[in-house]
Formats: sequence, C-alpha cells, structure tokens
Amino acid sequence: MPYVYEEYDVAVIGAGHAGCEAALATARLSSKTIIFTVAMDSIALMPCNPNIGGTSKGHLVREIDALGGEMGKNIDKTYIQSRMLNLSKGPAVHSLRAQADKQEYSSSMRKILENTENLTLKQAEIVEILTKDNRITGVKTYSGAIYPCKAVIVCTGTYLNARCIYGETVHMTGPNGLSSALYLTESLKNLGIEMFRFKTGTPARIDKRSIDFSKMEEQKGDEKVVPFSFSNKPEDIVKEQASCWLTYTTPETHDIIRANLDRSPLYSGNIKGTGARYCPSIEDKVVKFQEKERHQVFIEPEGDYTNEMYISGMSSSLPEDVQVQMYRSVPGLEKANIVRNAYAIEYDCINPSQLKPTLEFRNIDGLFCAGQFNGSSGYEEAAAQGLIAGINAAMKIKNKEPIIIDRSQAYIGVLIDDLITKETNEPYRMMTSRAEYRLLLRQDNADLRLTKIGYQAGLVDEEHYQMVLNKENAIEEEKKRLENTTIGANKDVQGLLERLNSTPLTTATTLAELIRRPELNYEMLESIDQHRRSLPKDVIEQVNINIKYEGYIVRQQRQVEQHKRMENKKIPDTLDYNKISGLRIEAKQKLDKYKPISIGQASRISGVTPADISVLMVYLMQHNAKEAAKSKQ
Amino acid sequence: MKTDTIAAIATGLSSGGISIIRISGEEGFSAIDRIYQSKNKKKKLSKAKSHTTHYGFIMDGENIIDEVMVTVMRAPSTYTREDVIEINCHGGIIVTRKILEIVLGQGIRLAEPGEFTKRAFLNGRIDLSQAEAVCDIISAKNEIALKNSIKQLKGRELEIIKTIRNNILKDIAFIEAALDDPEHISIEGFSRDLYDHLDKYSHSIKKLVNGSKSGKLIKEGIKTVILGKPNVGKSSLLNILVHEDRAIVTDIAGTTRDTLEETIRLNDITLNIIDTAGIRSTEDEVEKIGVDKAMRIAKEADLIIYVMDSSTSLDENDEIILSLIRDKKAILLLNKGDLLPRITANDLKEKSSHPIISTSFVEHKGIEDLEQTIKEMFFKGDISFNEDIYITNDRHIEAFTNTLEALNMVKESINNNMPEDFYSIDLMTAYEELGKILGENVGEDLINMIFAEFCMGK
Repeated sequence: MPYVYEEYDVAVIGAGHAGCEAALATARLSSKTIIFTVAMDSIALMPCNPNIGGTSKGHLVREIDALGGEMGKNIDKTYIQSRMLNLSKGPAVHSLRAQADKQEYSSSMRKILENTENLTLKQAEIVEILTKDNRITGVKTYSGAIYPCKAVIVCTGTYLNARCIYGETVHMTGPNGLSSALYLTESLKNLGIEMFRFKTGTPARIDKRSIDFSKMEEQKGDEKVVPFSFSNKPEDIVKEQASCWLTYTTPETHDIIRANLDRSPLYSGNIKGTGARYCPSIEDKVVKFQEKERHQVFIEPEGDYTNEMYISGMSSSLPEDVQVQMYRSVPGLEKANIVRNAYAIEYDCINPSQLKPTLEFRNIDGLFCAGQFNGSSGYEEAAAQGLIAGINAAMKIKNKEPIIIDRSQAYIGVLIDDLITKETNEPYRMMTSRAEYRLLLRQDNADLRLTKIGYQAGLVDEEHYQMVLNKENAIEEEKKRLENTTIGANKDVQGLLERLNSTPLTTATTLAELIRRPELNYEMLESIDQHRRSLPKDVIEQVNINIKYEGYIVRQQRQVEQHKRMENKKIPDTLDYNKISGLRIEAKQKLDKYKPISIGQASRISGVTPADISVLMVYLMQHNAKEAAKSKQ
Repeated sequence: MKTDTIAAIATGLSSGGISIIRISGEEGFSAIDRIYQSKNKKKKLSKAKSHTTHYGFIMDGENIIDEVMVTVMRAPSTYTREDVIEINCHGGIIVTRKILEIVLGQGIRLAEPGEFTKRAFLNGRIDLSQAEAVCDIISAKNEIALKNSIKQLKGRELEIIKTIRNNILKDIAFIEAALDDPEHISIEGFSRDLYDHLDKYSHSIKKLVNGSKSGKLIKEGIKTVILGKPNVGKSSLLNILVHEDRAIVTDIAGTTRDTLEETIRLNDITLNIIDTAGIRSTEDEVEKIGVDKAMRIAKEADLIIYVMDSSTSLDENDEIILSLIRDKKAILLLNKGDLLPRITANDLKEKSSHPIISTSFVEHKGIEDLEQTIKEMFFKGDISFNEDIYITNDRHIEAFTNTLEALNMVKESINNNMPEDFYSIDLMTAYEELGKILGENVGEDLINMIFAEFCMGK
C-alpha cells in the first residue's frame, strides 16, 4: 500500500555523477533534498573508463569547479595519474586528464554527500513520478513509499530498462551487474515524455598479474601536476603516480574479430539502441577503418586498490569466447586473465529537445533531468548537467531567476544548448570543435569566467569570490603595465633578443609587443623588465595568453557581442509559429518542436534559415508591441 | 541597436537609365568621404546637410569611375531610420556594379535580400500592422535569391566550389580530430601541407572571382533563341556571331534539353543564345516536331531571331511560327539575299510587326544591322532579362572575397607559427562563406566529417 514517508523540497533520482552534483547543489542552496540510488555502494560509480577529464571534458570539470561543483575537488583527492594533454597546441585546447582510483573516487564522493547538510541518502528504486496538473508533487518507490516534493531531478544514467549484452548473452541489469530500473520509463511515458533508446559499451578488465608490460610502452604522468580545482595549489596534491601502458592490436586481432562478426549483437540486430560514434567498439573500428593495420590499446589501472586494468580502445560486445581470443592476440596480453567481460549496454533516455536551458521539462513544472538520461555520454557531461539542473531546481524553489549559461560563457553552455537545440541521434559527447568561441573558453580561465555566476547562485563563498576578483585586477594591471612599458633598443635588450633567436629591435617598442612574438613569452623578458613585481603563476599565465593571442581573442569577443545580441532577443514561449506568414513549413515545424527561448537559439536549429530568422524578428516586433498594448489596457 | 552598414543596387540594371546604389548604416558617411570627390575636390559629404544632393565623381583611387549625384540623408528621417546615402549614377551594368564593388570595399556588407525593408520595419519606419507584408517580402526575396544562387552557377563551377568546400572541411576535420584525440591522431608537420592546400584553394577561388567579375560564371544575359526551318542558315548565324572578334565566353551543354547555348557580348549586352539543335536532328518529322519544339522554347525566350530563306516561298509552317511569335520580342531575318528572292521584306511586313533585316550570311551582310537592332531594342527597354542574376553574382563575389580573406588569415597564422587550433577558426569562416553560395549551413558537417574520416575515441 502506498503511504507518505516524508516531504522534501527536491528528490534526486540516481546518485551517479549527475545526481551527486545535482543533490549537492540543491542541498547547499538550502533545499531539503533526498537522493535515491539503487545501491548505496554505487555512488559516483565509474562503470567505464577510470579517468576524469580529457580533451574538452577537462574544460567541463574546471567549469564545474568554478561554479561551485564537486567533481574537480573529488578527482584532485583521488587521482593516481595526471596529464595535461595537447601542450604543444594552443592554450585553448590544453586539457587536463587524471586517472582515478575508482573506489576512492566513489567513497570520497559518498563521504561528501553523507556529510552535507539538508541532504538525505536513500537506497530505493523510484517507480513513479507524481504530478498534478503537469506540476511535480512527489515520487514513489518500489515499496510504495511516497516522498512529496516540489522538484524532481532525474539522473538515471544507463539504468532505465538496461540490458547488458555480449554475443548471445543478455543480462537484464544495469552496469556492473547492478539492478536496472524497470518501471520509471513507463511513468515518464505516461507524463507524455518522448523516449529514445541509446547504447554504449565498455571493454574488458584484465588482471594486472597476467599482463606482460615489457611488451608495452610506459606512459607516465606529468612531473608538474595541475589540479582540477581552482581551490587547490599544485603542491597540495603532489603524490606518486601510477603508469598507464600502450600496446596495439595485431592483424590476428582483426582476423578474429572479422571471423566472428556474425556473432556480434551489433551486427546480428540484437542491439537496437543507437551508439556513440565517439565510443566505437573494436569491431566497429575494424569494420569501418579496414585500411588501419592496428589500433592503439591503452592499459589503465582501475585504482591502487585493485589488480584490475581497463583495456581502453577495445570495448566490445562479442561473445565471451571470442573476447578471450581477441584480447590474447594483443602483445602483452597473451596470457590475459579477464576479470570482467566487455559488454554493450542499452538503456532508455529522453529526447532532450523537450527541455529548457535550465534542464527542466517544458511541459512539466518542476521536473528536471541531467546526465546520460538526457542523451549525453561521459561522467563530466553528466556532472555538468547535474550541477545546472540542481542550481535551477533550487532557484525555482526559492522563486529566483533561473541561471542559464550561454555558449559564449562556457563549454557547459555549449553542451546544454547543443543537447536541447540540435537533433540528437547518438549519445552526445563534448568536443572542443563544438565550442565556436573556444579561444575564450579555456580551461585556464574557467574561474575568471564562471566564479561570479557560482557566487550569485550561492555555491561559491565570499572569500573565494574575492580571491578571483583580485586575480582579475592583478591581470588587468599587469597587462596595462606591459602595454605601457617602452623598451629601447639598448645593448641589454638586443643581447637578450639575440640569445633568444629573436630579431633585434630597430626602434623602441613595448614589452607587450615583445611578448607577442611567437618565440618569446613573459618569463623570458624578466631581465629587461625592471619594474616587474612578483606575481602568482596563474596571473602570469593569463597575462601571457591574453597578450600573445590578443588579436584572435579580440576577434572572438566581437563575434560574442554579435551572438549575445541575438541571444538577448527573447521569444515568448506562447508564440504560435503557425500564424507567422513567411516562415517556411519546415521552419514552423522545427520552431514549434524546439520552442527556442531566443532568436539566437532559434537560429541554431537545423532547418531554420537566416531568412526565417529575419521573418521571425519582424513578426516578434509586432507581436511584442501588441502584447505591450494589451497589458496597458 | 547597433548594426553593420549595408549596401545594394536599389534600382533595375537592365534598362540603361539611372541606377541608384543605396547605403544604410553608420559607416556610410565615412565610406562616401573616401570614394566621393566633388568638382572642386574639397567637399566632404559627411559635413553636408541632411537631405541634400551633390554633384561629383566616384573615385577608385585616382581614377574617376562615374559622374554621379549623391543624396545624403541622416537618421532618423530616412527609409531605414539609419543614415542613408544614395549614389545616382548613369547606369550601365558595368559602371553600376563597379561602384557597388568600390562601396563594398569600404568595410560595408552587401545587403541581404529584403534587408532595407527589414531594417525599416525593425527601426519603426514601417507601420507595425505591415509586419505580415514585410515577412512575405523577406521570405519571397530570399527564396528567389537562394534558388538563383545555385541555378545561375554553371555546373562545372558549382562542382569546383563544392570540392573546395569539402576539402576545407577535411582539413578542419583532421585538425579537430587530432586536437580531440591527440593520443590517436597526430598532426605533426600538417601546417606545411595545409599551406599548400591553401594556395590551391586560393588560386581556384581567385579564378572564380575573376570569372564572376567578367560574368563567366553565371548564365547571364538575354535568353535569345534562333528559330528557323532546316537549312535557312541558323547555324551559320550562330557561328558568325560567335566567331567574330567578340569574346566567346564559353559553351556548355544545355542543361534543360538538347540545345546548345552560347554566350556572346555586344558591348554591354550579353546574349545567351540557344540554338535549337533539336529541330535539325529530327529531319524525318521535322515539320511537326520543329513547330512543337519552337513553341516550347519560344515561350521562355527573351528574344527570338527567326531566320527565313528568302529564296523559298513562305509555307504553312512559317505562318504558324509567325503567328506564334506575334506577341514576343523578335527579329525576322531574311537570309540568302545573295540568291534570287522569293519573299521580300514588304511581303513580311503585312504578316508581322517585328523588325525585318535582309541578310546574307555567306557574304556577311546584314550582321551589323542585326546587332544594331538588338542594341536599340535593349536600350529602349523593349527587351530585358532577369537582373537578379547580377545581384546573385555580386553575392557570389562577396562570398568568394570573404573566403579568400579567411584563407589568408590561416596563412598568416601559419607564418606566425601559431598552434594548429588557431587554423580551424578561419578555415571554418571560409567553409561558411562558400556555404552561403550553395545555401548550405554548417550544422553538424564537421562532427560528421571527423567521424567519417578518423578513427576516434576510447
């Protein structure tokens, strides 16, 4: 019999990376929060790769941190190897990636949750979302307990109607054999929500003792580790790092795969869900890129606590017996002991075009959602959405303005805008190429971009905010000083330039101009910069980047201004597109489906042309004038 | 609201009367000061009173391009409620377009279809109740522009643009794939290859720009059909027109049916001559098919040249065709004047009000009369053509120019040893600009190309 258990402000369903950030955000913003998980031991579980960050994902983690989220702090505590990728490229694409101790990561996050005020943890499966007049009233568990609440945040990851598959074998479970959630999809469908079915996969885990590392290349961590969290200093997190290992598939591997393709559920049709092109299984890679003689395989530790090694690059859904042959055909893995099989997993998620930029459903008041449930992939993408959904659920409960992060402000903005605006055909993964203003959205300046927003939301404290403001001032002052410091063509200067292989001066110039030379930077000019103050490293980094790439940065800033003008033209959600003469039919249908909040968002919907946007602007002007006249009466 | 400054030719082009180039936006005055010269060389139009008209010249550097009247109107009492400048020039397609080109060289952008009207509306110049009409104007004009953009490009050029655009995307995809998955994909040394690619793209696009400027890229001109029964000298006429000292632009296989098109120039006038080859190729049933076909083609023609053999009598088919072209713009040629005449100009005058010219293609007689007649008809405005072609052409040139500029920026980044991620910014601009010609958005093109070309991911 259903019965009322206890009332909360917010119920979060699922305690993965999205759920954890969501619940922490609402609880920290003083909403009484309960978080449900099917298994208390699976909080912040990393069921696939044992790392956090990487290209563009590292950006997301730093942004989460700047906004007051937890992921960056947690990985700083529990990492076992750290690398900054793309260091030979421009600063916009430097990306931090850390290998995690999975168990530590999970238990450390659990500790944070358990010790957060206003937050209750509960092991239970939610089977129904309760609403009245399209407004959230509560959630119900499998055992019939009802938790009345004002907002629900769905973060069910890959658990909804999950099926794990390899070869002919099917387990009706979520990842890692955890029980799947079998009832919630039905409840969501009853609320009129459009569902998708996606799939993803994971490679095998192999016992370290059965691996011959002498046949592999060792990959060590960076000597100087950069923390993810802006609240940590590099020296705070120094530790001995574990190694990863690189090996390659062989022609034999590919032969084994080809010979057994008919037994792969991907090809036999046993898997119906859509997979991400970014996470292809090894069989996909071999079929699609036949000309490639070998594929890289990275062997990564799952943590200090275990002998299990993650076989990156070889996710698969081939039958168990084929998997054994396949992995053992890789140099170094000849005697491999597979601890866990590779498998594909299918799960229900939503069509995210039903969401507002706050990650609330347009049609159900108080129903928020985040993570893989929204059709994304990846821990970082999930956490970023969890944080934004959490912040906005809390804002809603407090009757405050929602917090919407724009594409020009953060990768998080790009992620959410893409999810809700673009047609989703596969699990969405963040990529640097998706961020059109990426020169401005660097991982090194996430604090300068977003701390203020975190502070306004209430997740960043005064002290930390002041620190960032001071940093901002120090950067501006130093930039000004360098622009205004004239350097003559004297002997010291010419000597230094000569030593640095830089063209000697013919006339006087400024320090800033010298820094702009590709072969020079701020640090190199110390000996000719007499009035230089000692500044923190992060300030110097910003000064250097801002001066060096000024031309490009200014250009993107101008584009952002244009972009913002369009974003600021809001579209009322009551607009009836069918009434607009001059809009093409395709545009009417698409606009009606996505219900963009601004002209800017409308312009990014595929099938909406610049002419449609012009028409829309003209129509809106008349519409708004009419509405204004009405409200005056 | 701060917006950029736009310009476009505001009047028709083909009639040869006065043409007006309209500029709207706050950069207009500084631009006109740079390109306008008064008779005493001292006047600055930025200092002129609003709503006044000034005599002077449009200059391209030191060269006078045209004698003009320039009207200056300051915001807000203008059509768009922005500063508006109108250059009245003597017309003529080449001069008008040259002036537009000079204006666009001043950091001013070519107006989108319907954009003056859109601005007028958004700035409150047009009554709100007219929103629907304004929407319709914008959407109709854009639809035409988009259709024309592709339709008016020749097949080969269209292919070149598509190929360059696709190759640019491949370059971007390679860079982006490597940035995204540095452990699997390396772009060591790619900047040298890219530099070569850029040279090739720029070279091809420069050729396209030159082609656009000389009108080679578009099927421009007066659609002219040569009609006539077999052996009256249609092909000879075409050959004479084409082989004389005038620029033969090119020939392309007919896209719509089995006809051959030739483009020739008579001074400022371009004729797009369609030879009705089909009539000749079906000798057996020539009478019937010939008339059917003539009917169909004549319907779409701007000008018909009907060639007759003066040494044979008029027959039933001549009568049918003459009645068919009664309401069309046409010129009748009485050819084979070197032979004994069976028909005279007087006979024809009773049956047709079209100009009649006696010719002998063999002796090259009457050709000059023909050309003169065509010119007169054109300048009197009797014959005209779809002038959207030039507007389209200007759009193409602008897109090509922007593409070239973006490609040069990439080269500059390479020369300055910038890291690879900087290249894709301007490469993307080039990709977008070429897309404007094809009416294609970027959408998910890049992501799709990355996954199609590169083996990515964990």
